[in-house]
Amino acid sequence: MEIKFSETALAKANQIIGRYPQGKQKSAMLTMLHLAQSEFDGWLSTEVMDYVASLLSVKPIEVYEVATFYSMYNTKPVGKCLLEVCQTSSCWLRGSNEIVDHLKKKLNIEVGETTADGMFTLKTVECLGSCGTAPMLQCGADFHENLTIDKVDELLDKLRTKNERSSYLKSLVNS
Amino acid sequence: MGRKLLLEHINEPGIQTFEVYRKKGGYASVEKALKTMKPDDVTEEVKKSGLRGRGGAGFPTGMKWSFIDKKSEKPRYLVCNADESEPGTFKDRYLMEKIPHALIEGMITSSYALGAKTSYIYIRGEYMYVAMILEKAIEEAYAKGFLGKNILGTDYSLDLYVHAGAGAYICGEETALLESLEGKRGNPRLKPPFPAVAGLYACPTVVNNVETIAAVVPIVNMGGDEYSKIGVGKSTGTKLISASGHINKPGVYEIELGVPVEEFIYSEEYCGGIWKGRKLKAVIAGGSSVPILPTDLILKTAKGEPRLMTYESLADGGFATGTMLGSGGFIVLDETASVVENLYTFARFYHHESCGQCSPCREGTGWMEKILHRFRDGHAKKEDIDLLWDVQRKIEGNTICPLGDAAAWPVASAIRHFRKEFEEAVMNSLELAHV
Repeated sequence: MEIKFSETALAKANQIIGRYPQGKQKSAMLTMLHLAQSEFDGWLSTEVMDYVASLLSVKPIEVYEVATFYSMYNTKPVGKCLLEVCQTSSCWLRGSNEIVDHLKKKLNIEVGETTADGMFTLKTVECLGSCGTAPMLQCGADFHENLTIDKVDELLDKLRTKNERSSYLKSLVNS
Repeated sequence: MGRKLLLEHINEPGIQTFEVYRKKGGYASVEKALKTMKPDDVTEEVKKSGLRGRGGAGFPTGMKWSFIDKKSEKPRYLVCNADESEPGTFKDRYLMEKIPHALIEGMITSSYALGAKTSYIYIRGEYMYVAMILEKAIEEAYAKGFLGKNILGTDYSLDLYVHAGAGAYICGEETALLESLEGKRGNPRLKPPFPAVAGLYACPTVVNNVETIAAVVPIVNMGGDEYSKIGVGKSTGTKLISASGHINKPGVYEIELGVPVEEFIYSEEYCGGIWKGRKLKAVIAGGSSVPILPTDLILKTAKGEPRLMTYESLADGGFATGTMLGSGGFIVLDETASVVENLYTFARFYHHESCGQCSPCREGTGWMEKILHRFRDGHAKKEDIDLLWDVQRKIEGNTICPLGDAAAWPVASAIRHFRKEFEEAVMNSLELAHV
């Protein structure tokens, strides 16, 4: 497969680079990696990171070190829908453990694993700033808040029916 | 009912749009500043207002602004810190999502004061949908002539951009944020030089929290003196409090600084009391980093005075019996909650978020998580309490940035005020071992 952004993503990439002073295009790195993840199945392979390096005229290592630092970048393949359950204090106080346990049972996977059909990856994450609406999980750009077991089941059904890859950036690429 | 300066129009239908926001008096501070005030006059009003950084550190904003290197020939930058990641804090997200133009307006007025021609809003990557809301608001502001070239026909021009992060608590630390804005790992820089001298691209830079920037709007509109009359002593103005945990009404509340803690927890106007009819056990008043306090010390100071929601009152007694207002992330634990297990979630958090640059923090946060995991899972020994104390003490003050302190304080305070719970966990471990 040739690694190349779609026309829309490429236009967006150039627009983002234009937000920074001349010669400071490296500042676009974080958004570029979000775009890349959105374009290439939700994760960053070495080839994809090398491509981003070429777009930004930086050394590949400069991309690798960033990609491995931030928690939103996946350097391994993930399922179509990445379910990120918050587990820090306020969410824990309001029952995030039960949400995680339920998802494990329902999807028959452990945290960090992907379902056999490649549909869901379950991940626990640290505080997402949704403490007043705890417990919560993030899937792509969407926050699912005030979760109950029933709401989780409903969400899984909806995501299965929709059968689309979740992305933090969907709206950014389309806008 | 206290005065609302930031959230007054929050429930107005369509307040997210430029049109409604403007109709409600929005962008008046930009008109006033650009047409009738010199940039330094704006800074002067902010100084008079007594406004202190709302991100957590509480540093006087006007003073921070006055440090900016004006002799430098380089461009100046204003960067808004919207990396809100302190556990228990969600007020900036609320403000940006519900009333995005309040931040845009504050950015324009503040950028004018600082002489910045380009400004950035650094928002945490997980808030991507909020970033989209801001992008839309910025687009509207450009279309209406409040951003871009010659704003309102004056000779002041400003470009404003949103920059999304990608998941890293440490980027809330201002120099790590600047590294991240430059497209690098979020490793904090050694200070000095301070950002006011060498910040973004080594240019003079001011980094301010979302709420701080938004507060500049009412300050310019009403004047710094008027603003400073709200609140108590050096805690002036209003503050957004993110209330969460075991309360009846979690949410974001704008309070006039000085509300008694007891009123904040129990009144219907705010938290509405403890959920399920239970009793209060402990509060973390200013986000995960600040010391946890048991009921008696959060409601009253050690001297027996009612504790108020102010920088000074919450800090009364130092860390021995007090805490901090911090980010205003107010987490409430009821009588059934385990302080030890709650602390474990914090220890895991700080271990996960340590950038790895300084060894006391990189290693220490990992050790603290490991030890607390033993308490949680029933393998703790009596000497683990002292070990935990020892580790936190060796992190505090020994790192480049405050993340080390932030990781240490919750541990120290939990042991200080709830040692019995740790000892009970050890007893339970012993019993488990005999089974």
